[in-house]
Amino acid sequence: MPLLSVNNIEVIYDDVILVLKGLSLEVSQGQIVAVLGANGAGKTTTLKAISGLLKTEEGEVTDGSIIFDEVRINGLEPEKIVRMGVFQVMEGRRVFEDLTAKENLIAAAHTQRCSRRELEERIEVVYSYFPRLKERESGLAGYLSGGEQQMLVIGRGMMAKPKLMMLDEPSLGLSPLLVSEIFEIIVKLNKELGTTILLVEQNARMALNIAHHGYIMENGKIVLDDTTEKLKNNEDVKRFYLGMTDMGTKRSYRDVKHYKRRKRWLT
Amino acid sequence: MQDFLQLIVTGLVIGSVYALVAMGFALIYKSTSIINFAQGEFVLVGGYVCWWLYTSLHVPIIWAFLLTMVIAVFMGLILERLMLRPMIGEPIISVIMITIALAMVLKSMVTILWGTMIEVFTPPIFSQQAIHLGPVLVSEVYLWTFGFAFLFLGVFAAFFKFTRVGISMRAVADDQQVAQSMGISVKRVFAISWSIGALVSAVGGILVGNINGINIALADFGLKVFPAVILGGLESIAGAIIGGLTIGVLENIMGSYLDIYLGGGVKEIAPFIVLIMILMIKPYGLFGIKEIERV
Repeated sequence: MPLLSVNNIEVIYDDVILVLKGLSLEVSQGQIVAVLGANGAGKTTTLKAISGLLKTEEGEVTDGSIIFDEVRINGLEPEKIVRMGVFQVMEGRRVFEDLTAKENLIAAAHTQRCSRRELEERIEVVYSYFPRLKERESGLAGYLSGGEQQMLVIGRGMMAKPKLMMLDEPSLGLSPLLVSEIFEIIVKLNKELGTTILLVEQNARMALNIAHHGYIMENGKIVLDDTTEKLKNNEDVKRFYLGMTDMGTKRSYRDVKHYKRRKRWLT
Repeated sequence: MQDFLQLIVTGLVIGSVYALVAMGFALIYKSTSIINFAQGEFVLVGGYVCWWLYTSLHVPIIWAFLLTMVIAVFMGLILERLMLRPMIGEPIISVIMITIALAMVLKSMVTILWGTMIEVFTPPIFSQQAIHLGPVLVSEVYLWTFGFAFLFLGVFAAFFKFTRVGISMRAVADDQQVAQSMGISVKRVFAISWSIGALVSAVGGILVGNINGINIALADFGLKVFPAVILGGLESIAGAIIGGLTIGVLENIMGSYLDIYLGGGVKEIAPFIVLIMILMIKPYGLFGIKEIERV
């Protein structure tokens, strides 16, 4: 039994806009699973359907089921889902700007019934992964740099000690150096704390390098899924997501026309 | 000069109560985005309930005071649950209309229950005995009022800064959706905001009631909160406190120096003249939302 299984779900926004059309995916305990896809494919919607946050923006899971830890969670309030051990780190480094870095971490442990001392210990664990946050702990989070803010939102996720952490584009808008730093930490979290990770990314190369299993999404559906080893060698993934041609050289503009035609089999 | 100091000190005392009520108003606005036009009526109800318990039912003052606070908290919770929660997601104008209607209902209920006469706490709780503070004469009741107002302000400041519930409330004010993503119940935070808003207003009502007596005009006291929060900036709790103190002092000074030229009543309108000027010059107030921008 996988930790999370999403079975054939359909998501509708505002009662009319069909965003996910029968999407299924599975995440096993202890894995890193990556979901790749272009803008508007429905990756973020998938995460929000799992975490229950869809409700806050007029979205609804109208069909299918989401099973976490052998319990059906679609339809539950987001607080309940967090308490069960699912934590979504939202896209775009949404720190609480008017709170200090430390207060951001404390707020994230809201669902945890732990003593003050235990809370401080957990904050220390976060600082051990992100030493830079300790230096900036009493500064307002709004003034942190982009990289530090990304560290802070991941740190917030750690505070809730989730079984499943869902990361929505952690590489967005960061320099290549920071991106690899963040990805190293994601791997470390998975190995050392045993946190299962569902990663949504546009940076396909990075994501496929750290994940065990990958899903490729287009237009609200999964079109391809396999172990990352196999995905990395898949001709289409190479061409459309990793930007390489058969010869390992950059593809020419003429081949772009080819793209649409080739892609049709995927959908 | 001595008169001037005297005016500042008494102005600060009344201002401290404005600050307390304004803090409640700003808190509700900040976490729920609702402009609560019934804030003044919360003051009114608090004053009357405590007076009634103490003077008519002869409940010892400490119990009357605590009981009033409990009743205020429940009033806040019930109002939030029955009237405001169903309005989540409705247009802001409807929600504001609801609070105006609520103000009317509360005011009428007070009139039905207790009439419109000025009532005083008998026997008086704090003595009116004047005390010398350097060159300034202050009656004891003023000192108590100031002390209590600041006690409550201090307690709530610490609550927001240091407790986990306080931090989660600020988190909701900052970004509701993210707060929900970490399991903070926004509904619960709304309920807590309303009950704190009602609580501090009730305390304000009791304090002012001890100085001036209680009648229906106490609701207008709540109106003075608007200039205070506009001056301080609607979203800022620290701003509300500074705004409250400033308005208290300003109305006292303007009232006392200008009444002879204008024939009285300046004290009542001074805060609203300030309100208009602030809106023209600095519409976001002194400490209003400054979006943090990284460069």
